Amino acid sequence: MKRAIPLAMLLALGLAPAARAANEADYKAAYAAAEAAAKEAASLRHQWTTTISTLATAKKAADGGDFDRATAAAKEAKALAKASIFQATSEKEAWKAMEIR
Amino acid sequence: MRARLSLLLGAISAALVAFALTSAHVVAADKVDPVADAKAFQNFFFQKFPNVKHEDFVNGPYSMNEDLKRQWQEKEEFPPYEFALDAGKEMFATPFKNGKTYADCFPNGGIGIRQNYPYFDEKEGRVVTLELALNRCREANGEAPYSYVKDEMASLTAYMAFTSRGKPMDIKIPDDPRALAAFENGKRYFYTRRGQMNFSCASCHVQSPGERIRAEILAPALGIVNAMPIYRSEWSGMGTTSRRFVTCNSQTRAVPLEPQADEYRDVEYFLSYVANGLPISGPGARP
Repeated sequence: MKRAIPLAMLLALGLAPAARAANEADYKAAYAAAEAAAKEAASLRHQWTTTISTLATAKKAADGGDFDRATAAAKEAKALAKASIFQATSEKEAWKAMEIR
Repeated sequence: MRARLSLLLGAISAALVAFALTSAHVVAADKVDPVADAKAFQNFFFQKFPNVKHEDFVNGPYSMNEDLKRQWQEKEEFPPYEFALDAGKEMFATPFKNGKTYADCFPNGGIGIRQNYPYFDEKEGRVVTLELALNRCREANGEAPYSYVKDEMASLTAYMAFTSRGKPMDIKIPDDPRALAAFENGKRYFYTRRGQMNFSCASCHVQSPGERIRAEILAPALGIVNAMPIYRSEWSGMGTTSRRFVTCNSQTRAVPLEPQADEYRDVEYFLSYVANGLPISGPGARP
């Protein structure tokens, strides 16, 4: 039992960095990355409405000082934008599979 | 030795023949052939729905469902697009400030010509839709253009479609590589998946016509533009072709393009061309 306490403390310390609350800098970095990906999707004319709305959610949360939520939303927006870029790229050829011949 | 040689020669000849056949196929697949595309497109729907009369495809979901068709036929006695039609007729006849009218901008005074739109303008090198031609007419006569997604444009096109009812769609593709490219671009747009839902136009209107998507019955792609513009009960109002494309995009969670973007013009060109021979039925009414 005595041994278990320091072990638990070590474990808690080890996990601490991962559980750190996001700050404004984290949000700004995540938002900038999401915005860049969204711009690329737009240039391919394959933007998703959900990317735009998730970016807006991130901004709103940041304006309210909730950087945890803002950073999470910005990361989600980036993932959505990346998925739309993948769609645009793969569909350059994949559309032919659907064609009536 | 001689047997081995003949075997080798035979194998080489077979390989050459196979190569020649494959390359011919690749070339054929890459060549833009609107006539073959239109034939394949129509055959697909005629075979998929052998009981639907060919000219009925232009009636969208009503061609797919008997109950819905009966309701629509009753509704047609007092059609919901009638107000738009009256407004369009009046707008069409009202002179601009300079005294000219829409009739001055179109062949045959704009009457009975819907089936020829969109067309490929060889001077400009791009597709011109009826909605675009109407706004160009307004601008050429010193009037502000109308919104492509609102009632005024829908009323004007409703009237022009009405004067062309029953006329077979008659879209030409001139022998111009730019026209063929526009057709091909429209085809690509039609089949390309977009939006978070990962839907293409074809996902609904080729793979699933007659099926329900939530409460709606999906219309076949064949003849879908022949009924434009449409009154949609869902919108409680009229919708132009532009509005229909924009809405379709939003429904798949894709950010719509600007109305009359090249892609929209091209997809209208493609859809209209493959519907050649089918009658104009616009303005339509949809649930």
